[in-house]
Amino acid sequence: MPSTIRLEVVTPFGLVYRDDIDYLKAPAVDGEIGILPQHAPLVTGLEIGILHVKKGGEEFKIAISEGFLEVKPDNINVIVRTAELQNDIDVERARRARERAEKRLKSGDNSIDRARAEAALKRALARLKAAEYSLQIQDD
Amino acid sequence: MESMRDIKRRINSIKNTQKITNAMKMVAAAKLRRSQEMAERARPFFNKTREIIYDVSQYTNDYTEHPLFLDKGGKRHLYIVINSDRGLCGAYNIKAVEKARDSFRPVEEVFLIVIGRHARDFFKKRNFNIVSEYINIPDYPDYRFSKRIADELISLYKEDIVDRVSIVYTHFNSVISQTAKLLPLLPLAALEKPEEKEDKMIDYLYEPSPDAVFDILLPAYINNILYSAILEAKASEYGAVMTAMDSATDNAEELIGELTLIFNRARQSAITTEITEIVGGAEALK
Repeated sequence: MPSTIRLEVVTPFGLVYRDDIDYLKAPAVDGEIGILPQHAPLVTGLEIGILHVKKGGEEFKIAISEGFLEVKPDNINVIVRTAELQNDIDVERARRARERAEKRLKSGDNSIDRARAEAALKRALARLKAAEYSLQIQDD
Repeated sequence: MESMRDIKRRINSIKNTQKITNAMKMVAAAKLRRSQEMAERARPFFNKTREIIYDVSQYTNDYTEHPLFLDKGGKRHLYIVINSDRGLCGAYNIKAVEKARDSFRPVEEVFLIVIGRHARDFFKKRNFNIVSEYINIPDYPDYRFSKRIADELISLYKEDIVDRVSIVYTHFNSVISQTAKLLPLLPLAALEKPEEKEDKMIDYLYEPSPDAVFDILLPAYINNILYSAILEAKASEYGAVMTAMDSATDNAEELIGELTLIFNRARQSAITTEITEIVGGAEALK
């Protein structure tokens, strides 16, 4: 029985990650789901958030935007608009994006696209959260 | 025979044209590099999306009544045709447009969404039913550009204005080779099997429910496909512009060569005439 499962994360900008992993936790539309090897085939939507990946005793994160997830007997496909490994995240840019989105939401201006600003804020927060985690690891 | 001045003028004007075509070729080459990279990077995304949708569509026909899924069997067919805004790109535009026109079947009622000025003018002139048009395509289209189009086509489909949707775009094989393709998008029940796809029955679980998943999956699928198709088309466009401008530059070179030859011949004959005149005059004075 295989103890790992192949994970592929693809975005319109290319393949972000491909490797055999031990465990994946993903932000599905109806709550977080955990996937171990031998999981039953599954299709679900993903929300903006963080993928937690465990591989050979290590754990890392991938910040993602909305998309979907497919689990097949021997692989997991994650298809999302954007995905960044925790070490590739541009923290400065995410911070600026957060400020911009917060300002926009606070302004109370009705001409703004609220849904879009909220999505931008969520994306920025997911990136920051994923990146923060990697900073903590580096401190240890 | 033309006078030497006329020939000189023609040579100069061709030289100027050649400078322009050469510059356009270089601009296209620079843009091609970037859009080719974008298109190629999006390919795994495009293929994976199609694969998943195909898998899902195969094994869930019985479970769902999702509006984007069912084949209503109607004859109203919406085609999305991707062209470019500018000409000077060889047969690029006309190939895609012809591909679309060849796919229209007589029994169908054709609706069109046109992307790019050329397709709009072509179908407008022929009085086709254009639902909407998207012109001024950005050089490097982003996700938002295709999202607008995807949203529109989904609502056309959901509101039961059209029964099927296909997309006609140009697939980028290489700089010198591009193929116009027709890709059915909706309904999902009528999807073609993607290439390189093994047959395997998979019984999926849907979290939280099939219809809830399809609500997310299907619009995303349409946008993913549309976005990738636009990128492919854009790379193809620059490839076509580059090839066209390259051969225009070559043709100009050839023409300049020929005209230079004619110019030299004209000059030679002028000199000969002059010499004959002088010799004749001297002869008469003897």
